[in-house]
Formats: sequence, C-alpha cells, structure tokens
Amino acid sequence: MTTAGRARRGRPDPRAVRSSVIALLSTLVVFGTIGWIVVNAPGWPDVQESFLNREVFVESLPELVSAFAVNVVIFMTAEVLILIFGLLLAIMRSTTGPVLLPIRVMATIYADVFRALPGLLVIYVLGFGIPALGLVDPKTPTILYGILGLTLIYSAYVSEVYRAGIDSIHPSQAAAARSLGLSHLQALRHVVVPQAVRRVIPPLLNDFIGLQKDTVLVSAIGVVEIFRTAQVLQYATFNFTPYVAVALVFMVVTIPLARLTDWLVARDKRRAASSSR
Amino acid sequence: MTAEALRIEGLHKSFGRLEVLRGIDLVVAEHEVVCLIGASGSGKSTLLRCINLLEPIDAGRIVVDGEEITADGVPLDRIRRHIGIVFQAFNLFPHMSVVDNVTLAPRKVLKTPRAQAEAEASDLLARFGLSDKRDELPDRLSGGQQQRVAIVRALAMQPDILLLDEVTSALDPELVAEVLDVIRELAASGMTMVIATHEMGFARDIADRVCFIDAGTICEIGPPEQVLGEPREPRTRQFLQRIIGAGRL
Repeated sequence: MTTAGRARRGRPDPRAVRSSVIALLSTLVVFGTIGWIVVNAPGWPDVQESFLNREVFVESLPELVSAFAVNVVIFMTAEVLILIFGLLLAIMRSTTGPVLLPIRVMATIYADVFRALPGLLVIYVLGFGIPALGLVDPKTPTILYGILGLTLIYSAYVSEVYRAGIDSIHPSQAAAARSLGLSHLQALRHVVVPQAVRRVIPPLLNDFIGLQKDTVLVSAIGVVEIFRTAQVLQYATFNFTPYVAVALVFMVVTIPLARLTDWLVARDKRRAASSSR
Repeated sequence: MTAEALRIEGLHKSFGRLEVLRGIDLVVAEHEVVCLIGASGSGKSTLLRCINLLEPIDAGRIVVDGEEITADGVPLDRIRRHIGIVFQAFNLFPHMSVVDNVTLAPRKVLKTPRAQAEAEASDLLARFGLSDKRDELPDRLSGGQQQRVAIVRALAMQPDILLLDEVTSALDPELVAEVLDVIRELAASGMTMVIATHEMGFARDIADRVCFIDAGTICEIGPPEQVLGEPREPRTRQFLQRIIGAGRL
C-alpha cells in the first residue's frame, strides 16, 4: 500500500511521524543542554535567589500589574494619536505639484529627524524642557509629555509604513478616481488610503508592539509605571525578581499580538494567492 | 452642421525624450463615434489620456464644448466630470461593491444624495444586465462584467464624451462580445465617443469615422469603409495587412 493510501485511511504518514520525532528530540537536546549548563554554573544558586525568588515574585506581581495599567493608558492613547498623525504625515509626503513642495519637505525632514533621535532623549527633552519654558501649567501631568514624546517618535516610523502602503497601490487606481472628477484628496481618502491601510495592518501592528515596550521609557521623567514600580520594589527588597515579573507581563501582552500579526500576514498571502486567477 | 463636441489642435506630448504625439488635429462632432486604430505604441492611449487631462500636454489646445480645457487655471476636476474614460484594465476599486464603485463620484463630486445616486446606479446596472451584481465586490465578477461595470461607472457622471481605451484588449475572446454590445447600445443612444480599439470589424460597424494613428500623427482619417476598405495611405495598407495576417479582420 502506498503512503498516500495509508494517510487517507486516517493513519499518520510514517515519514511525517519520523520528522516530528526528530524535531522534538533535537529541540529537547539543545534546550536541555543549555538548561543543564546554566543550572550547574557555579553562581546559579545566587542568581536563582536574586532573580527567581518565588516569594518576592508573588508579593510584587499584583503591584506591578496594577502599575501596568499606566503603561496601557500610555500606549493606547499614543497609538490612536500615532495612527492619525502618521497618516497625516504620509499624506503630506504624497502630495504632488511644485506649490506643495514645502509640505513634502517638512514631512520628510520630520520623518528623518524623529527616526534619528533616540526615544529616551526626546522624552527627556520634552519632559524637562517644556515645563521649564514656563508656558504650560506646572501641574500638567508628566505622563502627557511621555505620551507626546512617544507619539512624535512613532509617528515618524508609522508615516513611513503608511507611505509604503500608499506607494504600493497602483497609480491606475488614482487615475481612475481622478478621471471621474474626484480631487487628489478625495481620491486618496476614498480610493487609495482605504486599500493602502488594509495592506499595512501587519507592519502597523509590529510598530504597535514596539510602542508597548517603549512605554517604559516614560519612567525616565518620573512617571510611575510598571518599570518604575519594579525599581522601587527592587530597592525595597534588594532583589531583582520584580524585573523578571515585568518581563513576563510584557511577554503575556506582546506575544499574542505578534502571533496575530503573523496570522494576518499568512491570511493576506492566502487571499492574494486565491484571487490571482 | 452638427455642434462640435471636441476639438484638438496641434497636440504634442513627450515622455522624457520620447515624443509620443507629434501634432494631432482632430474634431469630433456631437453624437459622433470616432475609432482610433494603430499599432501598439502609436499613441492612441496617450491621446485619450491627454483628452481626459490625465497627462499634461506639451503643446497644442484641446477644446471641449467650446471651452479650452488646456488653458491655464481651468479646474481639472470640473472638466473631468464631463469626459468619461474607460481603461483597458478596468481599474475598478477593489475594496468597494459594484454599486459603491458606480456611486462614489456622483456622491462625492456632484454631491448627489446617496439614495438618489443608488437609484440612478441601479437603473444603469439594470440597463446593462448587471442588476444581480449590484452588491458584489469586483473580483467576484468576470472580466466582461467588470468592464461593463467600469462603463456604467463612467456613465454615472453623465459625461458629454466617453473615451474608451482598448476596453476589450484584456478580455478573454468569449467575453468581448458582451462589452462591444454595450458600446453599440451607447452609440445608438447618441453618446459621443472616441474609441481606441484593435477590433477592426467592430470599428467598421460602429464608427462614423476611423482614424489611423501612426508614430504619433494622424496618418489617415475618414469613413470606415474608406479607411478600412480602400486605404489611401501606404502605411494604413501595411498596418491593415498585418492585422489581416493576424486574423483580426
């Protein structure tokens, strides 16, 4: 009997079984070896005590999770602003005609500058610089400077993602819209951008994951979020386990989003394959 | 003498160093159907795109309904409302249903209320046998259906002139007839049309005049039986012989 025949009857293909077994064994060997080396290192008991302390973990986790709410507020607010501002920048760069050259130049310089600057620096300058100007109410919550800083930085990246999407829409779509009498902006709004956004959802999600992690940068200007809370706990307990807990919290949030991104990319690929007859 | 729908004078157009149109003069009367024939790359599509102002021209004038549309300061969007164009590759908007494709321009440009625009679109779709496709996305339709939707989309703006750019060239042979039938009906209803085509038999049927374009100039223009039957110019004859050789006439 052929292997295909066996597979059809519901019994697994022996070749597939064999490769699964090999994959499992090699994984176990590699990670088992690494684990064995780490656990048998001379300093392992000390590391275990200061980084993987069960009591400290259990004690600090609730406080860290409630501090994470601040990070959630930061990245949710910033993400909305970034999606709007980034699109605006991309549209500014997609304008045509000599009259609008200053707009294109401004948007280009913006994207170049804010991708060049380290995020921590931008947040520092905003968080300490703006209050020092004496123009805004000194009681303005510091978190707003953090949100502003992340928005400025990430909008530069996101505008590039949008722009790639807009460029990927064939010019014949804009031509068809213009031929019907739509203005350049109407063609963008109703024809080009809706198609472009659909195409760039996976890379946008990717930047969203980056943003979530970069919310810890806001701790540098004194916002008490999850990382700052972990620092306080570390000072109190002389133990680094709270940082490990922070790492776990971030993984729990970002890994599902990364899986979702991959799934969306795979789905788009399948759709593209099935629609091109 | 019927009124003049379109006048083109001394039209020149280059892409970089490549001169595609080298002085085109053409007058199209109201309700007239002019077919443009000529080899690929002879400038037929470019001429149509220039008439629709999708391509800026280098020299010459284009006058539509008595207004010079190539003059400085003429609002392009207003002009394009009166000149419909249908492309070889359909260029439907893939993220919108058929009815949304058809109503987008009337709603956004003419500010027609949605209900009225949809009612008008439904009438047009019914007229061209597309009623049951009203809510489909374009990629669910055959090529012939997509091209008919593209024609309906252009008609929804009630253009004075319709430009058709090799609208059957991207279709499977068995789908060509349904699109040509639509164009025949439009011609019978008095639509002024300029049609770039490789379908010589169709051009002979439908055209009031056939215009042979060669190397960016109008080589010969006249009634179809003359241009296609007894061409005066040697270049026209050569072109037609190649077409006959390819079994297209």
